[in-house]
Amino acid sequence: MENLLSIFVRSIFIDNMIFAYFLGMCSYLAVSKTVKTSMGLGLAVVFVLTITVPINYLMEQYLLKPGALVWLSQEFAGTDLSFLSFIMFIAVIASMVQLVEMVVEKYTPALYSSLGIFLPLIAVNCAILGGSLFMQEREYANIAEASAFGFGSGIGWLLAIVAIAAIREKIRYSNVPDALKGIGITFIITGLMSIAFMSFLGIEL
Amino acid sequence: MSLSNYNPFSLTNRKLLLGPLNLENPITVQVLGICSALAVTAQMKPAIVMSVSVIAVTAISNFVISLLRNTIPPRIRIIVELVVIATLVILVDQILKAYVYDVSKQLSVFVGLIITNCIIMGRLEAFALANKPFPALLDGIGNGLGYGMVLITVSFFRELLGSGSVLGYKVIPEAFYDFGYRDNGFMILPPMALIIVGVIIWIQRSYVKSLVEKD
Repeated sequence: MENLLSIFVRSIFIDNMIFAYFLGMCSYLAVSKTVKTSMGLGLAVVFVLTITVPINYLMEQYLLKPGALVWLSQEFAGTDLSFLSFIMFIAVIASMVQLVEMVVEKYTPALYSSLGIFLPLIAVNCAILGGSLFMQEREYANIAEASAFGFGSGIGWLLAIVAIAAIREKIRYSNVPDALKGIGITFIITGLMSIAFMSFLGIEL
Repeated sequence: MSLSNYNPFSLTNRKLLLGPLNLENPITVQVLGICSALAVTAQMKPAIVMSVSVIAVTAISNFVISLLRNTIPPRIRIIVELVVIATLVILVDQILKAYVYDVSKQLSVFVGLIITNCIIMGRLEAFALANKPFPALLDGIGNGLGYGMVLITVSFFRELLGSGSVLGYKVIPEAFYDFGYRDNGFMILPPMALIIVGVIIWIQRSYVKSLVEKD
């Protein structure tokens, strides 16, 4: 349990998707104009990450790893399908996003109309695929750890996009040099926030 | 499109190739593909390998999707595009693992993340689906080059100031260090990539006034 908590906190603050790895920057920059929409996109990312990381973990364990297919028959002990992981992961993500979209549309139309355009875009959000690839690289011991990592990364992403959106709402009233307005200043602010987040380095739970 | 006269170097085609280098730069103007751009720029070598990979994937996928554009049903086009891109990225990944293993280890997950690189998706959606294969190929190469250019500039400054070397060769003379010059270790850390890109955008927009955003 402590281990899970440590992975969770680590993925929010230390290995933050945006501030440490720059994943999902495209939508982070494009959608962070108001707090409300960025909250919606953030929640959608948390949701999709929490679902896809454990599913891809199972894929990795029972399909892709060297010798992962032994549950079918001993003959496959030497089979290594890991080169297929990119296409497998992206297929899982694209179909999960489609599924989530349909479920949300059916049961919570209000949420659907506010998330509408963002949901399909999430399939090509680097943070989602990045979550699965980091999960593969870090070799988590069991599915609970992988889920904790997925959920934590999502929360970290949500935190980052809501924070920058709040700052951008305020900075509209500041006197930024013309050439730096908009994207330029957002980059620099993100850099500064990233420096701030570096102070979490070395925290162990 | 001036393809009717089959002049491969017509003005529009040259624009497709060279536009993304400055006025339509994918990173500083269209703000696409930042995701993988920043994390690989601590040194020049991975940045160059990454740029070449992205140029290859963008160009080929643009070309292939443009060939298929009349047969893809619009509803499932994103999945078709992802399959084409993922296949190309797997090829790139295997080639990198075979020939430049150390760089491929350094790039770690970022090779895989070319799949979700917004530049590729963006160009496929915005250009390849509506244009003939040859212009699409040029557009792909152009955008790949524009991306690579920013990547290599950022990595040049980060490596020069952060480790005092260019492409792994020491360029700052020992004498400097004797006088008390120190490498700025901060340049290697992630935040500086963001700040350098911010400064590049600032410089570009100071010269090209038409790009300045109005609030």
